Parts: sequence; C-alpha cells; structure tokens
Amino acid sequence: MRTVRLIAVNVFKESVRDKILYNLVIFAVLMISTSYLIGQLTAGQDVKIIKDLGLASISIFGLLIAVFIGIGLVWKEVEKRSIYTLLSKPIRRGEFVVGKYFGLVLTLVINVTVMTLAFYAVVGYMGWAAPESVRAAWPSPAADPAMLKAVVLIMIELMLVTAIALFFSTFSTPFLSAMLTAGLWVIGHFNDDLRNLGSYVDSPAAVWLGKALYYVLPNFAAFDVKAQAVYGQPVPMGYVGLTALYGLTYVALVLVGAVTIFSRRDFK
Amino acid sequence: MRNAAAIVVLFAAVVGLQAVEAQRAPLGLPQGATGNMLYVRSAAFMKRAALSYDALVADAYWIRTVQHYGGTKIANAAGSGATGKQYDLLYPLLDLTTSLDPYFDVAYRFGAVFLAEPYPAGAGRTDQAIALLRKGLRTQPQKWQLAEDIGFVNYWWVHDYTQAAEWFNRAGDMPDSPNWLKPLAAVTLAQGGNRASSRRLWTEIRDHSDYDWLKNQARFRLSQLDAMDEIDILTRAVDTYRARAGAPPRNWLDLVRAGLLRGIPVDPERHVLQLDPQTGKVTLAPDSPLNPLPDPERPA
Repeated sequence: MRTVRLIAVNVFKESVRDKILYNLVIFAVLMISTSYLIGQLTAGQDVKIIKDLGLASISIFGLLIAVFIGIGLVWKEVEKRSIYTLLSKPIRRGEFVVGKYFGLVLTLVINVTVMTLAFYAVVGYMGWAAPESVRAAWPSPAADPAMLKAVVLIMIELMLVTAIALFFSTFSTPFLSAMLTAGLWVIGHFNDDLRNLGSYVDSPAAVWLGKALYYVLPNFAAFDVKAQAVYGQPVPMGYVGLTALYGLTYVALVLVGAVTIFSRRDFK
Repeated sequence: MRNAAAIVVLFAAVVGLQAVEAQRAPLGLPQGATGNMLYVRSAAFMKRAALSYDALVADAYWIRTVQHYGGTKIANAAGSGATGKQYDLLYPLLDLTTSLDPYFDVAYRFGAVFLAEPYPAGAGRTDQAIALLRKGLRTQPQKWQLAEDIGFVNYWWVHDYTQAAEWFNRAGDMPDSPNWLKPLAAVTLAQGGNRASSRRLWTEIRDHSDYDWLKNQARFRLSQLDAMDEIDILTRAVDTYRARAGAPPRNWLDLVRAGLLRGIPVDPERHVLQLDPQTGKVTLAPDSPLNPLPDPERPA
C-alpha cells in the first residue's frame, strides 16, 4: 500500500512539473471572461450559459488530462527504459500500475476541485450581483449545491476514462491508446442506440450484438446529469450512488485487466 | 538577440498587414444574401454529434440566433429595410437550440417574438412562432408562460382574438398560473382588439414577466399606446380649431394661441409631435423611437 502511495505521489509531482495545473489558469480566465462577455452576446440566460459552460469545461479539461496523461503513464517508463530500474526494486507490477492510476486520479481530483471552486465563485458572484427580479426567473439558484452531483459523476467518469487510457497504455503506443480511449468514450455515449438497434436494423444477429455491446461497453451517457443539474431537476441520490458504483466497478475491472496484461509483459 | 529582433519585426509586420487588411472594403455579396450558412440543420444528428455537451451546443446556437436576429434587424433598420436582409436562419437556429435543450425557455419565448415581429423588425412568421411555442409545450405541457405566449402572438400579430382568448384561458388553467390570465381571456374575447384590452395585456406583461427583455418590450408598447392616445386627443383639438377657423392650424403655436393646447406636444420619448399644415394630420416625429405605431384600425 505504501508503494502504491509513493508511486501515486510521484505521478502527481511529475504532473505538477509538467505544468498540467496551468489548465486551472485557463479555466479561471475562461470562466471570468465568459461571465463578463456572455451578457453582451445573448439575451437573458447568462447564468444558465455560464453553468453549462462551467460544467462542460470541468468535464473537457478533465478528459484531456485523463486521456493525454493516462496514455503515457506506462508507455513513458518503458520508452525511457526507467521501467527496468523500477522493477528491479521491491515493487510488484500490480502496485506499479495501480500507483500510476491513483497518481493521475489525485491530479484529476485536485484539478476538478479547484475548477469547481472557481466555477462556484463565478456563479455565486453572478447570483449575488443579480437583482431579485432577475433571480426569480432562474429555475434554480445560481450557486445551487445540487450541481455538485453532476461534478461527482464527472469525476467518476474521468476515473473510468483514466483507467481505460492506462489499460491501453500497458500494451499499446500513445497514439493508438488515445484513439482507442477516445473511441470507447464516444461509443459509450451511444449506448441507448446500441440497445435500440432493433429500431434501425432488421437483422436479429445485429440486434443481439447491439444489446450485448450495450451491457459490455462502458455507458458514459449515464454519468451525464449536467442538464438536470443546471435546470434544478431532481437527481436522486440513489441514481448518483448506483451510477458511481457502476463506474467504480468498471474501473476495478479495467485496472485488473491492465495489471494482468502488464504482469505478463516481457521487458527483456 | 537576433531572434528577438526577428520576432519583433515579424510581429509588427503581422499587425501592419492586418491593419492594411482592415482598410480594405469588405468583399461583396449578392443583394439579400446574409452570408450566413447553417451547415447542420438536422437536430437529431447534432444531438448525437454533441455527445454529452448538447446543452453547451444549444447555448452556442442560441448566441448565434441572437446575433443573427440582432444583426439582421440592425442592418435593416440602418437601410430602412432596403438592404433586403432576411431572417432565413432564424427558425432553423431556434429549432436546433430547442431540440438540443428542450427546456431552454428563453429560446421559445424570445424566439417567438423574433419570429412573429413583422418584417423588417422581425421575420414576420407568426406560424413559425406558434409552432415553436407548441414545440415547447410538448416538452413542458404545464408551462403556462408558453401557452400565454401563444395567446399573445394570436392577439398582437395574428389578430385572432378568439384563439388568443382560448390560449389565455388554457394558460390560466395550468398549475401556478397567475390569477389575471382568466380575466384577460374574458376581456380579450369581449373587446379583443381595442386599445384598453391591449393596455391591460401589456401592463400585465410589464408587471409580471420574469424577463427584463420582455418587460422592456411591454414598456415600449405601452409608450406607443400612450402616444396613440395623445395623437387622438391632438387630432380632436385640430378638428376643433378647423371648425372654428375654417382651416387647419399651420403649427402647434396656433393651437396654443387658440387656448386648445398648453404647450408644444411631445411623445412619451420627448420627441415633438408633427402636425401637417395641409391636412391637419398628427404624427410622430420621423426620428422618434416609437415608430412605427401599430395600425390604428387593428388592435392597438
């Protein structure tokens, strides 16, 4: 456990050295400048647009970090041949993979937390500055705490994307890993179409295959409750809990797969 | 050092070339062409392509809608409608916006006004305005504001007071609707099209609307109604003068001297009203922002 923690902390320090946290500055500038400009560009709905933009940005920035750092986590060590030094120490291969994973998750948690704080600061200010008559037209308060449910599910989604990127990184090149991870992420948003394939095609085999893929592939659409959060629509805790459990179970599955593949790799 | 100098020189060259480019006349387009393109018109495709960011894409389309409407309106106002700019992308943009985000209330409500307003201030498509609001009601069947807006479009632009009253009534039956909708429906049915019922409608919107933009629209329409009342009073004064003097007054001072006016009359926007010395007709000043007034023969 200590080894996993040490590797994780090291990955986090490396991401700080790689200036990954600079994205927080971009996020802050984006939120503040947009909140100022949006009132000039659109009629009404400033807060709704800022909320949409804030939650989408947290998700997009996180995705970029998860994919582009995740795909290099293992590959970089192999490419630089530092893997030989590492594995000659009392580190099990499983600890190495899991440590790398939790290091990137730590980076993501800190990123998402800071972005969420900046996001709440901007919408909180907008809520404070808006007159009562304007606030009355909003479907939910500007700094609605219920939006945290969307942020939690975005974080679980990012954890799953990180696990998938790391999985591909254990046996593939960064380019291919990025393509495969992005491909799975996109397909994961069309899960409903896979389930309802029978509405589009007549072939029973294709319908069966679509249903099988629906259950097997990661359902990324389930993590998306951004619109409900923005409109103040109820997102039951049961839904958040079940989706989080699904995401974490999938993470465990992918990590076990990654550890298995990495353990069997021959570095001679 | 040489690299730094090269960067400064090249940067200055880029800025300079851009300044030269800015001086050039814009490349022309055929008369009436907006120069805008909507590459994707299929809402179903766009919803899929947006993945989980459909609300954000809807926001982008909404901003584009506002820019398209505002830009076309300003261009038409500057050229008094002679520019021939059309609101051809307005409905497709609104349709995409509301398909990507079916709860985007402002897109339905403001969009209906953009569509219904007669050309050149709007698209003059009341049918599309009503279709858009009906689309909103399919998603949110209990949203009384959308039903009220259908009544409003029927009242103000279609002049179908029976339909207007029916929709005000339907809105009044919906949960959380204000208690003034039912009386408004009754007044619309009984006296549809007269200035008093119009004033009541706009006053309710001014006092109860959730959105500043709609409140401002209502204030503008109420100012127009005030101006129309004022013109009626002045027309009667001109008629009285004509009956006494046998000819229309040459200017407002004639009416002041005759004791029919206390001073030079101005509209609610403080622009001096115009008097035609030949016909005695009273009108708004050409530069008054209240132009054009609604047709006095139609609902005022």
